[in-house]
Amino acid sequence: MTIRCEIVSQDRIVYQDDVDMVVLPGTAGEMGILPHHSPVLTTLKYGVIHVKRQGEELFFTVAGGIAEVQPDQVTVLADAAENVEEINIQRAEEARRRAEQLLKEGAEKNPDIYLQVQAALRRSNLRISAVKRYRRG
Amino acid sequence: MPSTREMRLRIRSVKNLAQVTRALETVSASRVRKAIQANNATMPYAEKAWKVLIHLARQPGRDVLHPLLRQRDRVDRILVIMVSSDRGLAGAYNMNITRHTLSEFDRAGVPVDYVTVGRKGRELLVRKKKNVVAAFVDLPSPPSFNDVAAIGQLVVDDYLKDVYDQVFITYTHFRNMIKQEPVTQKLLPLTVVDKEHAKPGDLSATHRTSSVFTYEPDQNEVLENVVPHFTAIQIYKAILSAQASEHAARMVAMRNATESANELVQSLQLEYNKLRQSIITNEMLDIAGGANALQNDERGVG
Repeated sequence: MTIRCEIVSQDRIVYQDDVDMVVLPGTAGEMGILPHHSPVLTTLKYGVIHVKRQGEELFFTVAGGIAEVQPDQVTVLADAAENVEEINIQRAEEARRRAEQLLKEGAEKNPDIYLQVQAALRRSNLRISAVKRYRRG
Repeated sequence: MPSTREMRLRIRSVKNLAQVTRALETVSASRVRKAIQANNATMPYAEKAWKVLIHLARQPGRDVLHPLLRQRDRVDRILVIMVSSDRGLAGAYNMNITRHTLSEFDRAGVPVDYVTVGRKGRELLVRKKKNVVAAFVDLPSPPSFNDVAAIGQLVVDDYLKDVYDQVFITYTHFRNMIKQEPVTQKLLPLTVVDKEHAKPGDLSATHRTSSVFTYEPDQNEVLENVVPHFTAIQIYKAILSAQASEHAARMVAMRNATESANELVQSLQLEYNKLRQSIITNEMLDIAGGANALQNDERGVG
């Protein structure tokens, strides 16, 4: 018994396959989705999606978005999503340093830039912690 | 009969023209590649977002779910977003989408307002004395979602304020390099269209179940997030598709122009050669005639 899992971000299909279980980082808490789950529409927070398939486990970072759950299908429409194995850790650390630097230099004076910098910081933090915690080997 | 000088000038100007159109063709070719890429990249997200909207529209009690899902009993005013291009020289691209749009909405029976994307569409509609309430020009190619978010905001706001009871978008759908067709999509209110021939794996396949969603964290927050955003995504998708069509149409138009300019050069060259030859022949005849006359004169004298 499997459930179809599709993860798309605004610029590509990140993952699609028939899987055994999906764990979503919902705004109201983690949700484990098994086949025949009742229909749910949920917003997602910054976090990690776990996908279990034939004994192995895959991890995807997701920077917010929404997920639609149907009995035979999970569709994740992410603002941005990546396979943890594909994350470039150097780039993420660089982005974090840059964002912290900008914050120190007083980016908060301009609200637009401040929001952008903060989002960048959150994204890179998410990437770095996901890699540390979930990357194999 | 034009002089050889005039003909030479004409040939040169047609050759220059062919050079310009060939350059434009090359530019369009690279633009169309980029536009297709952007279009393909966004397609899965847009189609899945549309699917979620359809599922929501099929929920029992949809009327109370979100104002954008509610069907209105009376339609007093319609808004149409027409996507065209900023620049011309794209064959019949802008004419086709305008003609398609007008044939769809000229007989609507209620007042229709237009929002145009692209300078040419605005010009064409204004010339036909249509009511254009907003015009968006000079979008980057390809645009980012933020570039077109304002359009979505505008139509959603006006719809919610009851200015309009229905919102449509007309754009040129990009099928492939040769085939682009004008289409109309209804944006608001969201209407369920069942796809009969949905194959498994088809991105636009929808579930037929109408079992009730649960919402997390709560219904209002989720729908406030989802419905307007996904409506804007549909506009974004339409604009990407239209831009790919525009560049493809321009490329084909420019290729045709280059070809006919080259043909024209050939036939002009042929005419020029004939003209030049006949002038030379005439001169030869003159000289020969003169020489003959001279000889005869000498013999007569001698």
